Amino acid sequence: MKDTVVPYTTPDGRTIGDVLMDMRGITLRFGGVEAIKNISFDIREGEIRAIIGPNGAGKSSMLNVISGFYNPQDGEVWFRGAKRPPMKPFQVARQGIARTFQNIALFEGMTVLDNVMTGRLTHMKTGMFAQALWKGRAEREETENREVVERIIDFLEIQAIRKTPVGRLPYGLKKRVELARALAAEPKLLLLDEPMAGMNVEEKEDMSRFILDVNDEFGTTIALIEHDMGVVMDISDRVVVMDYGRKIGDGTPDEVRGNQEVIDAYLGVAHD
Amino acid sequence: MFYREAGDFKTSYEADSQTFPIAFDRYRYWAVLAIAFLVIPFVINDYWVNAIFVPFLIYAIAAIGLNILTGYCGQVSLGTGGFMAVGAYACYKLMTGFPDVSIVIHIILAGGITAAVGAAFGLPSLRIKGFYLAVATLAAQFFLVWLFNKVSWFYNYSASGQINAPERFVAGVAVTGPNTAPWAQYMICLVFLTVCALLARNLTRGTIGRSWMAIRDMDIAAEIIGVNPLKAKLTAFAVSSFFIGISGALFFAVYLGAVEVGEAFGIQKSFLVLFMIIIGGLGSIFGSFAGAAFLVVLPVALKVIGVDWLDWPTDLVAHLQLVIVGALIMFFLIKEPHGLAQLWRVTKEKLRLWPFPY
Ligand SMILES: Nc1ncnc2c1ncn2[C@@H]1O[C@H](COP(=O)(O)OP(=O)(O)OP(=O)(O)O)[C@@H](O)[C@H]1O
Ligand SMILES: [Mg+2]
Repeated sequence: MKDTVVPYTTPDGRTIGDVLMDMRGITLRFGGVEAIKNISFDIREGEIRAIIGPNGAGKSSMLNVISGFYNPQDGEVWFRGAKRPPMKPFQVARQGIARTFQNIALFEGMTVLDNVMTGRLTHMKTGMFAQALWKGRAEREETENREVVERIIDFLEIQAIRKTPVGRLPYGLKKRVELARALAAEPKLLLLDEPMAGMNVEEKEDMSRFILDVNDEFGTTIALIEHDMGVVMDISDRVVVMDYGRKIGDGTPDEVRGNQEVIDAYLGVAHD
Repeated sequence: MFYREAGDFKTSYEADSQTFPIAFDRYRYWAVLAIAFLVIPFVINDYWVNAIFVPFLIYAIAAIGLNILTGYCGQVSLGTGGFMAVGAYACYKLMTGFPDVSIVIHIILAGGITAAVGAAFGLPSLRIKGFYLAVATLAAQFFLVWLFNKVSWFYNYSASGQINAPERFVAGVAVTGPNTAPWAQYMICLVFLTVCALLARNLTRGTIGRSWMAIRDMDIAAEIIGVNPLKAKLTAFAVSSFFIGISGALFFAVYLGAVEVGEAFGIQKSFLVLFMIIIGGLGSIFGSFAGAAFLVVLPVALKVIGVDWLDWPTDLVAHLQLVIVGALIMFFLIKEPHGLAQLWRVTKEKLRLWPFPY
C-alpha cells in the first residue's frame, strides 16, 4: 500500500491525495503500561481510514495522541508535511482536526444549536469588546456562522431538535449532534471514536451514510475507530489493526481480512 | 391577546437570536425600561430609594457579575465581597486622587482595576476546581478585607480607618455626598445597571459566552473544539470582576457614602450575592435581576408584615428570614438549579400552549 502512486482514484471514483497525517514510531506509556508500542501509519487526504482491534488495544489512546490529549514518549507526529511540536488539544483543534468521543462529550446544559455553534469557535475571530457591543462585527459574524451551522443541521437531519437542550436527547441523537459539532469546524481531518457504538441497525445505517456523505461531499479526511466489522469493511479505504498496543495489520479491507495475525487476534488465539 | 409565537415568524437568523424573540416580551421590556427611566424617578422618596431601589440596582450588577463566573463559566466564587471592596477602594482612591475627573470615569476605571485583580485571583482556577476553588476564592475574600484594613494608604491614613465619598456631580447634579437627591442616586445606579446588563447579555449570547458555557459543561470537550481554557477562565474572572467592581464602587460612593471594609464587604456579602444567583437562576441574566430583587425585598417585606402589622418581635422576624432563605436555597439547589428564571420560563412555555397543552 505504501507505494501506491498519489493521487489515485478509488473504485467508487473518489480521489485520494497525499499523506495528510503521518504517525512515526509512536510509543505511549502510562506508568508501566505500554498502551502504544512503536506504531507507524499514515492517513491520506480524502480517505476513510479505520482503526480496529480488540478492547484495550490502544485505539482510543492513538486518537488521543493525534488530538493532543497525550504526548507520546517516543515518535513523531507529522501533519500536512510538517513535524508537529507537542501541542495542547485546543491548538490541535485550531490546526483543523475535529473529533467525537467514545463516551459522548456534549455540553449538556446547552441547546443542540448552541452545541453545534461551539464547533465554529475556531472560525470566529471577533474580539471581546466588539462582542460586548454586539451590533456590527459580532452580529455579522454570528449570522454568517449560523448559516454554516444550519446547513450542517439540515445535512444531518436534526432540524426538529435544534432548540432542545442536549441533556434531554436519546443516545443515538446525541451521537449525531456530536458529529454535527465536529463537522461545524469544517475540519481537514475528522476523528471518530466508535461513532456507531450502542446503535441499532437502522441508526448504524444512517450513521454510515452520513460518514460517507461527509467524505464525499466535503472531501473531509476521516479516521474512525469501529468494532462493527461489517461497517468497517464497507466504508473504509484502508484499515489499521491494533492488538495489545502493537500494529498487526495495515491495508485495504480485503488485505486485512486475509491476514493470519489479524484473524488470530480476533478469534482470541493465545499470545505468547 | 394570546402570548404566542404564531404569526411572529422569524425571517432571519438575527431575528431568531435576539434577546426577546417573542414580540410581546419585547414590548414588555420597553415598557419596563420606560417606567424605570421615566416614571419611577419622579415618584420615589428617600425611604424607597434606600430600602429597595438602590440596593436592588447595585446588587443586580453584582449578581450579573457573579453569574457570569459561576452560572455561565461554572467557577464557584466566594470572593464577591472582596472584589466589591476592590471596586470601592479603587473608586475612593481615584475620587480623592483625581478630583477633577468625572465620577462616571472613576467608577468604570474601578471596574477595570477590579477586573485585573479578579483575573489574578482567577489564576488558581487553571489548576483547581469546584470545592477547592471555592476555598481559594474564600482566601482571596479574607486577604482583600485584611489588606484594606491594614494598609492605611488605601483609606488615605484617616483616623477612623473608614473611607468617605466626597461630593461629586454628573451634569451639575450631585450623585455622591450628603446632599444627593434620592432620584439622582437611583438614576446613576439605573444607568450603570442598564449598560452592564446589555454588555453581559451580548457577551453571553456570542462566541465568548459559548466558550464559558462549554468550559462549565465539560472542559475536555471544550478544549477539543478549540477553547483555550486559560483564556476562557481568566476572561470570565475578569469580566465578572469588572461588574462586581462597579457594583462595589456604587455601593460605597452612591449608596453608603462611608464604608468600613469588614462591615460593608465581609464574607456575608459573598454569600448574599451567591444566594441571589442560586435563587434567581444560574446562567441567566434575568435570573440575576430576579434573585437580587427577591433578596432585597424579602427582609423589607417581612419587616413590614411581621413587625409593623403583626407586632411580632424583631428577632423572630430576623430568624424567620434566615429560615426562608435557607429553605429556598435548598429547594432551588435540589429541585431547580436554574432558579426563578426557569420557573418563569416554564410558566411562559405553558402559557404559549394554553389552553390546549397537547
Ligand atoms: N489515562 C490512562 N491511564 C492509564 N492507562 C490508560 C489510560 N488510558 C488508557 N489506558 C490503558 O491503555 C490501554 C489502551 O486503552 P484504549 O482506551 O486506548 O483502548 P481501546 O483500544 O480504545 O479499547 P476499547 O475498544 O475498549 O475502547 C488499556 O490497557 C488502558 O487500560
Ligand atoms: Mg476506545
